[in-house]
Amino acid sequence: MTMRWFYYAAPQTFYGLAGRLWPWLAALALALTLAGLWVGFALAPADAQQGEGYRIIFVHVPVSWMSMVIYLAMAFWAVLGLTFNTRLSGMMTRALAPTGAMFAFLSLWTGALWGKPMWGTWWVWDARLTSELILFFLYLGYIALTSAIDDVRRADRAGALIAIVGAINVPIIYFSVKWWNTLHQGASVSLTRSPSMAQLMLWGMLLMALAMWVYTLAIVCYRVRTLIIERERHTDWVQALPEVAGAKA
Amino acid sequence: MNAFFAVVARDLRLAFRRKAEVLSGLFFFVVVAALFPLAIGPEAVTLRHIGPGVLWVGALLASMLTLPRLFENDWRDGSLEHLVLSPHPLGLLVLGKILAHWLVSGLPLVALAPLLGLQFDLPSDALGMLALSLLLGTPVLSCIGAIGAALTLGVRGGGVLIALLVLPLFVPVLVFGAGAVEALSSGLGAQAHVSILLAMLLPAVFFSPWACSAALRIALE
Repeated sequence: MTMRWFYYAAPQTFYGLAGRLWPWLAALALALTLAGLWVGFALAPADAQQGEGYRIIFVHVPVSWMSMVIYLAMAFWAVLGLTFNTRLSGMMTRALAPTGAMFAFLSLWTGALWGKPMWGTWWVWDARLTSELILFFLYLGYIALTSAIDDVRRADRAGALIAIVGAINVPIIYFSVKWWNTLHQGASVSLTRSPSMAQLMLWGMLLMALAMWVYTLAIVCYRVRTLIIERERHTDWVQALPEVAGAKA
Repeated sequence: MNAFFAVVARDLRLAFRRKAEVLSGLFFFVVVAALFPLAIGPEAVTLRHIGPGVLWVGALLASMLTLPRLFENDWRDGSLEHLVLSPHPLGLLVLGKILAHWLVSGLPLVALAPLLGLQFDLPSDALGMLALSLLLGTPVLSCIGAIGAALTLGVRGGGVLIALLVLPLFVPVLVFGAGAVEALSSGLGAQAHVSILLAMLLPAVFFSPWACSAALRIALE
């Protein structure tokens, strides 16, 4: 098994693998999204307290999970890239960042949409909201740094370092914001409710979470292919690819 | 250790030869602190309430403004490469640079903050706590900021980029720094905040030079 992992660590071989994987993953993500939305919006009962408005959680919760998971995945690839000096790790980190930023933004946006009818306000300085906002800023910082450096190697390594520094800081930020909030005012609204969810609601949410995972894998495969082809364009194997050779002719 | 003190002494001497650069950060702090009462209104109650936060944000921005100069000049004239190539551990030399930077741009903010606090009608114990929290907090800002400065060395639009990278990481320091004054004024006691600031300072001093040297090596590669 180890041999095969290193085999796919080379951009050339991973390009082929990602090319075979992403259409299937994309189709699976679409199917799971449709199933999740169907369960969430058609089958699941209305909430006793929140009525129909609660249904945004079928998007909001999976999206928030992904925004955090993707940052961890970025830090993972960053460590791998700095220690093993593999080219693919840097590309994976780069490919994950825009999706993570998008999920963080969606999480804030859907949270605001939910907050207006439930809490009567678009935004509260709750610990979770604030740390999600800061997570969004961390994504933007990573993207800004890597896109400001022209030298690809340096951009990857600098980005990896800031991703790791950010990942170490995320828990510190979360707890400091949490403490700050509890000191300032009693929590007027709490996000933590007892997890007494109807079975169908849970299923809808899990299906959507799975759909987001698969979507992320698909889009990362797709984006990594673009990055590989862009960075390796001087090599013979890229020039020999049918999509490259065909476009030239 | 001699190399460490040599770096500190050299950076301090260089800073005193370019006084305008040093003073611009301080002047920024004073001006920003004066703008808030003009925007919000001169009621003493409001000012007393927002004073600690405003002064902390001002100090944070002022210390961030001077960050690009931390490695920039050495990088331009090539002495940074000599530091990297020298037989002394790079982390120690970087720590010297960070210390010199803090002495020049952080410590004056600490000294000035109580004076500006008078403009916000802060009581004397709050002034003392403001100075103490800044004394513990601004070195953390210098340590974290140095990583950003090293990463953006010679990069397009470096100054704005540093802000984007470093400001989110400044959040915990700001929360506990401004919180310390707030807690003291509300009668809760600021001991916990001060302990946490100290708990952030120690790992920052330990890890930041290490991360900075990695970043400098990446930048000079």
